[in-house]
Amino acid sequence: MGDYGAYVWSCYGLTLVIVVFLSWRARLRHKRVYRDIEVRLKALEDRE
Amino acid sequence: MKPRQQRMLAVGLAALGIAIAAGLTLRAFQDNMMFFVEVSDVVAGEYPKERNFRIGGLVVGGSMQRDEGSMDINFEVTDTACTIPVQYSGVLPDLFREGQGVVAHGRMGEDNVFQADKILAKHDEDYMAPEVADSLSKHQQDIQEAVVKGAAECRPNDS
Amino acid sequence: MWKWFHQLASPPHFYRISAILAPWLAVPGVILIAYAAWQGLFVVPMDYQQGDAFRIIYVHVPSAYLSMMAYMIMATSGAIGLIWRIKLSHAVAAAAAPIGAGFTFLALCTGSIWGKPMWGTWWEWGDPRMMSELILLFLYFGYMALRSAIDDTTKADKASAVLALVGIVNVVIVHFSVEWWSSLHQGQTVFKKGTMDADMRIPLLIMLLGFTLLFGAMLLRRIRTEVLFRERRTRWVREMILSPEGGA
Repeated sequence: MGDYGAYVWSCYGLTLVIVVFLSWRARLRHKRVYRDIEVRLKALEDRE
Repeated sequence: MKPRQQRMLAVGLAALGIAIAAGLTLRAFQDNMMFFVEVSDVVAGEYPKERNFRIGGLVVGGSMQRDEGSMDINFEVTDTACTIPVQYSGVLPDLFREGQGVVAHGRMGEDNVFQADKILAKHDEDYMAPEVADSLSKHQQDIQEAVVKGAAECRPNDS
Repeated sequence: MWKWFHQLASPPHFYRISAILAPWLAVPGVILIAYAAWQGLFVVPMDYQQGDAFRIIYVHVPSAYLSMMAYMIMATSGAIGLIWRIKLSHAVAAAAAPIGAGFTFLALCTGSIWGKPMWGTWWEWGDPRMMSELILLFLYFGYMALRSAIDDTTKADKASAVLALVGIVNVVIVHFSVEWWSSLHQGQTVFKKGTMDADMRIPLLIMLLGFTLLFGAMLLRRIRTEVLFRERRTRWVREMILSPEGGA
């Protein structure tokens, strides 16, 4: 890769980091939303 | 008119209004949106006299001179119609080549030499392998011819 | 066609279909990206002027393209939501914003890393291409901030859709900045006058396709979460979550 190796690899590495970060955040938010609804519905059901 | 069509009209009119406003604003800022001034405009005297600005063009083939033992570099920049000599002291970017694009930041000296304090290389939208570039040397020749031809025509001291 | 479209726009149906569809986009997307990255890093010849630094193009151009593509999806689905009041389209707009912001950030960073060795600068204030792409990032941030600042989802949808529509002007500027004004940034290559050898261009096109597929999968996933949140008080969500086999 010659003199530019550090520049090239950091670009490809950063791309991987951003894609993984976006996917991880999306998964986290889905779990949280699902969990919140579940907790609320279970609480409602118990009260009935 | 149905409510949906009314909403469509409202969104459409708003979009049109924004587009016109943006167009007018851009027109007003036209000059400030330019990252650099063309060499011909500089030779014609159309550049900011009181502050530093950038010129952009191609480095004239064979014009580069380095002073032995110092960082001083002299070269010429052309837009293939006019040419300006540039003086610079410092490190050049890797992509700085004769025949390639360059942007120089600085001001016009009394002697009609552009005193640059920063040099940036600008590359074009052509990408090819070194071997291909060699066999395509006509492409390179065309650039060089245009560059050298431009270099002969007009200079700041003519005006 | 229309029937299918209407069915897809129904939240419970979309929720089910999107989970099935997402991997069919994500897996080919990742395979194409991996192949093109390997080509771009090791197989493609280096550029006659830029040497190996040119290899950055394979991540920079796709991310810059997605940064604009995501914005256009966000703005048009916001407009569709305003006019036709389709609930799903506002969910699409809300889901596109964080992905778009991510790829805009990536385009700015990879561009900057490319610029340092090639142009001789990380960043130049006043360059139209760089400034408009930076404004695009702030538009995404503003859009997301506006959404989270308004608690009422219907109001948030309307206000943010208007903001997104206004911001389209900036996307047009990003695209044409290198043609309308002088810029340090080079002109377009992929679909325009610039030339690029076929063995360099093909991996770039594969990369663009791979990024698009991956983006589609990411978007579907996020719309799904958005639909679930918006429909949290509906019967189908209640039935799905409380069903013995559970949902996901």
